[in-house]
Amino acid sequence: MKFDRSARRKLWSHTMTVLAGLCALVALIPLASVIYQAAVLGGPVLSVDFLTANPPSPCSPVVGQPPCAVGGIGSAIQGTLILVGLATAISVPIGLAAAVFAVEYRGRFLGLAISFTADVLTGVPSIIAGVFIYTYFVIYYPVIVFSALTGALALSVIMIPIVTRTCEEALRTVPHSLREAALALGIPKWRTTLQIVVVTALPAVLTGILLSVMRAAGEAAPLLFTAFGSRLGFQGFNNPINALPLLIYNFAESPYKNWISLAWGAALILIILILIASVLSRLVVNRMVRRMRGG
Amino acid sequence: MEGAKMQVEGLSAYYGKTKAISEISVGFPEGKVSAIIGPSGCGKSTLIRCLNRMHETLPRTRVEGRILLDGEDILQLDPVGVRRRVGMVFQKPNPFVTMSIFDNVSVALRFAGRHSRDEIDRAVVRSLQQAALWDEVKDRVDAPAVSLSGGQQQRLCIARALAAEPEVLLMDEPCSALDPVATAKIEVLVDELKSHYTVIIVTHNMQQAARVADYTAFLYLGKLIEVGPTESLFERPKERLTEQYITGRFG
Amino acid sequence: MTRPTLSPGDPIVRRRPRRWGDLIFAALVGVGGIGVLVLILAIVGILVDQSAMSFRAFGWGFIIGTQWDVKNNIYGVVPALSGTLITSAIALLIGFPLAIGSAIFLTTQAPRWMRGPVGTVIEMLAAVPSVVYGFWALYVLGPYMRTSVEPALHRYLGWTGGFNGPATGTDILTAGVILAIMVIPTISAISRETLAAVPNSQKEAALSLGATNWETTRYGIVPYARSGIFGATILGLGRALGETMAVTMTIGNRDAVPTSFFSQGQTISSLIANELTNSNGPLQYSAIIEAGLILLLISLLVNVVARLLLWRVLRVSGGSTE
Ligand SMILES: Nc1ncnc2c1ncn2[C@@H]1O[C@H](COP(=O)(O)OP(=O)(O)O)[C@@H](O)[C@H]1O
Ligand SMILES: [Mg+2]
Repeated sequence: MKFDRSARRKLWSHTMTVLAGLCALVALIPLASVIYQAAVLGGPVLSVDFLTANPPSPCSPVVGQPPCAVGGIGSAIQGTLILVGLATAISVPIGLAAAVFAVEYRGRFLGLAISFTADVLTGVPSIIAGVFIYTYFVIYYPVIVFSALTGALALSVIMIPIVTRTCEEALRTVPHSLREAALALGIPKWRTTLQIVVVTALPAVLTGILLSVMRAAGEAAPLLFTAFGSRLGFQGFNNPINALPLLIYNFAESPYKNWISLAWGAALILIILILIASVLSRLVVNRMVRRMRGG
Repeated sequence: MEGAKMQVEGLSAYYGKTKAISEISVGFPEGKVSAIIGPSGCGKSTLIRCLNRMHETLPRTRVEGRILLDGEDILQLDPVGVRRRVGMVFQKPNPFVTMSIFDNVSVALRFAGRHSRDEIDRAVVRSLQQAALWDEVKDRVDAPAVSLSGGQQQRLCIARALAAEPEVLLMDEPCSALDPVATAKIEVLVDELKSHYTVIIVTHNMQQAARVADYTAFLYLGKLIEVGPTESLFERPKERLTEQYITGRFG
Repeated sequence: MTRPTLSPGDPIVRRRPRRWGDLIFAALVGVGGIGVLVLILAIVGILVDQSAMSFRAFGWGFIIGTQWDVKNNIYGVVPALSGTLITSAIALLIGFPLAIGSAIFLTTQAPRWMRGPVGTVIEMLAAVPSVVYGFWALYVLGPYMRTSVEPALHRYLGWTGGFNGPATGTDILTAGVILAIMVIPTISAISRETLAAVPNSQKEAALSLGATNWETTRYGIVPYARSGIFGATILGLGRALGETMAVTMTIGNRDAVPTSFFSQGQTISSLIANELTNSNGPLQYSAIIEAGLILLLISLLVNVVARLLLWRVLRVSGGSTE
């Protein structure tokens, strides 16, 4: 009797473990499938030309006709680099400053409010960032509504709260005792913050920035009505510009074979970059946390 | 008190609305070691952290009274300057984890930015010697500070404080995280330091106070109960509370 | 007074007050901090301002209006809002059990060596861009839904009325499934964090009473992490509500209230993506912005609730005296 019961409990326990494991397995299937698809359909088009050439005219192969031009995603890569670079230059100073304020001047209501607002802002739909910048420029500077500048601004709206939150977390891992050690040596607060706290947290701060950069690099929604997309390369900050996610969106739904292949290639490149970045960031953060504990 | 390097007058310190120490007046004589003893939570750390204005670095804290350093009220001075004159060593060793041994010791001088490479080198050597750490690290001053043992790290923190050439050295239970051997080393060191510095040390270990301190102050529930030469305080306490405490009859 | 003699050079003591550096620094970082506050106010402010025309035309009727009629210039948010809510509900219905199951597996059941790596991989799901999911859905998920899942659902659940109409694989259901995939990493990662933050004493208490592995998890650990898991789920909901690209590419983009899971529909974000830059006039433009404002307010509300729940559980404000 007693044996029966405990055997049943054990069986139940094992069943639930297996079920939970199955959940994890099922959760992984889409990722595996996405990577597989992108590798199979995007892999063959990868080449040096692919990374530099601009998108070709639309074309689907027809028997008896010369093969379609393959072209490349050069303009999209260039555009993403420019958009994300500019957005990083805008959002990192603001986000890092906000993080420093929230952590180093903690205990004040304002610090808490900033921290909380940044948290909530990370949940604002990315398309709203695009709508915000778009409507603002439509009212005040309608000539450059569709431009590299507005695209970068829309991406900044997305990046600022992420940089703030990740940098905040990074700064919080620095033990308070280090700040005290520095202050007690007569090192002024600003130097303590910049040269002790931020430097100590630097790996995690950089990781946070990297994560926000990768997030911005994958965003299409905020660029739909700002950067807008273009098949040409960079035409100045006041003109529309292409980006990898925009290219994927515009080409994915097109009926042309050569465009669709390019979109898969672009998707593969984005995935590879993002996977590398997320593995890298995890390694860095883990190492830093270990060192803080060891010190 | 005559010849007091630091003189505290009517000092009260708050965390928010809580008053952690109340109306404390005490002098710390120049070139001597003064100990602050008392049961845990009585306000020893709070008192010593007031002496270099570290107390106010915590949120919602407040100080009332006067703290004279060479007759000047440090509460009226720039806190950064005060902390250069009054160094501090903490309970747990807290070396800068990203820095080497050398960089840890030289950090205050480097950030001051008015010292030649040569001066900094010499100050580092001197401080490490004074902290009795030089012989152990002279071959690896560029190694990470966290590669040192706990006792060595604490002496590194002492050297780091000394490099800034403070006039007063505050130590808040500097041995509580250390083993007996490391503790003995620090005690010897404290004895040597008093020829150059005024030392104020917090300890919950009465034997330690008796061994290293010239003067001892006894705190209880945020109030100063008794202060005097260590010997007389331990052998002929004037207050009943002091007697109860030093004879271990505290409930 | 005897001073150490080894170090020459001038004394380091400086009485000149040097608070300027600290003041300027505090002001600079303060500007950044206030910038974050201003940002959210600016976003809400401009959307409110630009919705004015639509609000004047339709008043509160906008919120209950079931028409998004471009020809007659009559706009109500219900078609898009219902699409948003239904797809998000599908996402949670499918995503929640999978996310929680995998979070529990990875914090309490899996062998130790497996926890970190598999957790990282699941979180990578979150790093894949929305537009890539959408693209994948066009080629893999959509066709699979059309040829296998939807016919089966129709056969077995058709009598409920919710699974009728042609199986296209470009509909509310497919959008909900793609959203489920996208909310799993959000819910799973934060649930994992809260489960891992449960004190070991809880687990040991249960084990010492002779509980099995699963009972320990079920009665010792999960209840303790409940509010964190709830917060994580709401955060996942927030993500589902605002997702744009993958949904736009799978939902069919039709401005009508869905009548079945196989209906083509619209979410607020897909509506914005499709119509903002090619609206037929200022009233439609303003109505789109008002729909965006509603989406923004819903996500703000959802995120505030989620964060309040999670802050209690996960936020430890660092720093102590000693
Ligand atoms: N950061 C703080 N916030 C609030 N109260 C504190 C803080 N630090 C210490 N206290 C309180 O102040 C009193 C004195 O503490 P402390 O000076 O640390 O005592 P000691 O060092 O003698 O053990 C204690 O009652 C303690 O609870
Ligand atoms: Mg103490």
